Amino acid sequence: MTPAATVDAVTVAYRRSASRRVTVMLAALAALLLGVLLDAATGPALLPLAAVARSVLGYPSDPAVEAIVWSIRLPVALTAISVGAALGLSGAIMQTILNNPLASSYTLGISAGAGFGAALVIVLGASLPVPEAYAIPLNAMLFAGVACAGVFLIGGARAATAEGLVLAGIALLFLFQALTALLQMIASPESLQQVVFWLFGSLQKSTWPKLWVLVAVLAVCTPFLVRDVWGLTALKMGDARASALGVNVRALRFRSFVLISALTGVAVAFVGTIGFVGLVAPHVARMLIGEDQRGFLPVSALMGAVLLSLASVASKTISPGAIFPIGIVTSLIGVPFFIWMVLRTRRAYW
Amino acid sequence: MSIDVQGLSVHYGARTVLQDINLYARAGRVLGIVGPNGSGKSTLVKAVAGLLKASGRIRFNGSEARPKSVGYMPQDLQTPMALTVLEVVLLGRLAELGLTVSADDLEAVRQVLQLLGMEALAGRYLSELSGGQRQMVFLAQALVSQPTVLLLDEPISALDICHQLEVLEVVRAMTLERGLCTLMVLHDLNAAARFADDVAMLREGCLVGCGDPKDVLTVENIVTGFGVEAEALTCIDGTGVLIPRRPVRVTIVD
Repeated sequence: MTPAATVDAVTVAYRRSASRRVTVMLAALAALLLGVLLDAATGPALLPLAAVARSVLGYPSDPAVEAIVWSIRLPVALTAISVGAALGLSGAIMQTILNNPLASSYTLGISAGAGFGAALVIVLGASLPVPEAYAIPLNAMLFAGVACAGVFLIGGARAATAEGLVLAGIALLFLFQALTALLQMIASPESLQQVVFWLFGSLQKSTWPKLWVLVAVLAVCTPFLVRDVWGLTALKMGDARASALGVNVRALRFRSFVLISALTGVAVAFVGTIGFVGLVAPHVARMLIGEDQRGFLPVSALMGAVLLSLASVASKTISPGAIFPIGIVTSLIGVPFFIWMVLRTRRAYW
Repeated sequence: MSIDVQGLSVHYGARTVLQDINLYARAGRVLGIVGPNGSGKSTLVKAVAGLLKASGRIRFNGSEARPKSVGYMPQDLQTPMALTVLEVVLLGRLAELGLTVSADDLEAVRQVLQLLGMEALAGRYLSELSGGQRQMVFLAQALVSQPTVLLLDEPISALDICHQLEVLEVVRAMTLERGLCTLMVLHDLNAAARFADDVAMLREGCLVGCGDPKDVLTVENIVTGFGVEAEALTCIDGTGVLIPRRPVRVTIVD
């Protein structure tokens, strides 16, 4: 092979992967825009998509459409994509730092910790001294942090290896599920119903202030992730190889756990526990563009956002007049899609 | 760059894996590390790479500060990952990488892939490659940062004989041209005799011998180190060849 052709081989490979990343991101953003518009158009009153698009884009529209879109539906639609992005991102970080395809905040007990925190407030009224509307979210966020710290401290007691952290996460999942079941057992019928609905997950209590909190947490986490993209990519090759490349593996895992705690905590605090998104979004991203974290993390966030946005639309259209809990819908529409993706992919990553 | 190891010991819990190792590796020379399974070869390389807690002293050019440019290629190559050859090799320059990859980074990758004859694989996923090709990719990763110290743990274990010779010749040539200090774990004693300037033989965590291959890879040391009777022959061109004949004992090291 001539030197000129060699330059081409490496540069072409780089350009091809960069162009694939951009294409996937643009396609996901287009899907996301469509999802938001559909989400804002669907509900008890079906609105024309064109009128919703005009209103969302800031053009004058029917006052009734404006009121429904901006006061009720847009906060729900934007919360769906923000929560989806936060869950997709936290799942991607977790699967990377633990080198485990089953890792997500749902499977490793962090969502279960949040559920227990919410149940404590609902059943026992035990909460921090904050306004009532924020008592459940704050306690859920607090216990998501406790679960995250628990996974890191127990799993990292000896060497913070990926295996140790995964086992600690699974142990905490069962612990928090048992504690939540205990609270459900002693709860009044009204409290029990409230706990069950919280655990199902719901976007219907979304408001603009809650949405801004979500967006702020995502915005704060992003620069830290940008800083660590190559370190996280190196971690995919195993702890020893990453260390040899100069990565402080323990410190990177600690920083990542703090970010996972914040992202998962704020996501589940306002909408309840939503499984599957944090697990599946990184897998879809991995199949589309691989694990160079410069693309893998943003695409995982976008896939989570698209998935939850579509699930939000489906939750309102499956049964006219009723809203299905979002946590159930994500699995119902996500599982067949995920199985299809797994079956059609030719590469083995795990 | 030279490496001076003095009184190096490594313990895994109560088990001693390396005991009081003393050796000196010079710049521009390859130090081959040989020994039976479980003798501590990989542990020695990891300790020099700074990946293990060890007692004793390791000096690089007389200083205990480990140089930043250490190229390390570990033995385990089975980690599943959805990364391309280009991305894996780029990681060898992790300290220099920004959010966007510079022309210098791409050029460094191009050069090392060309050196190993792998440029055509740049866009392929690692999971699509054979074990031998993956081994070459990780060698490229170790070389891409222009290291002054090169630590290779069984770099030819998964390669066919043609690629074994290619890799060993590249390592030897780069060591000589760039004045690297190379430590290379090898199972093939004849490869060690031919491509290493010095050889260190380990047995059960202790040094059996260290020095010129002719002085270390003797029939007597092979019986002591490996528990194998061997015969030393001389080829027409004057190079020595060791022919293993039969085990004199079988030892399973706990």
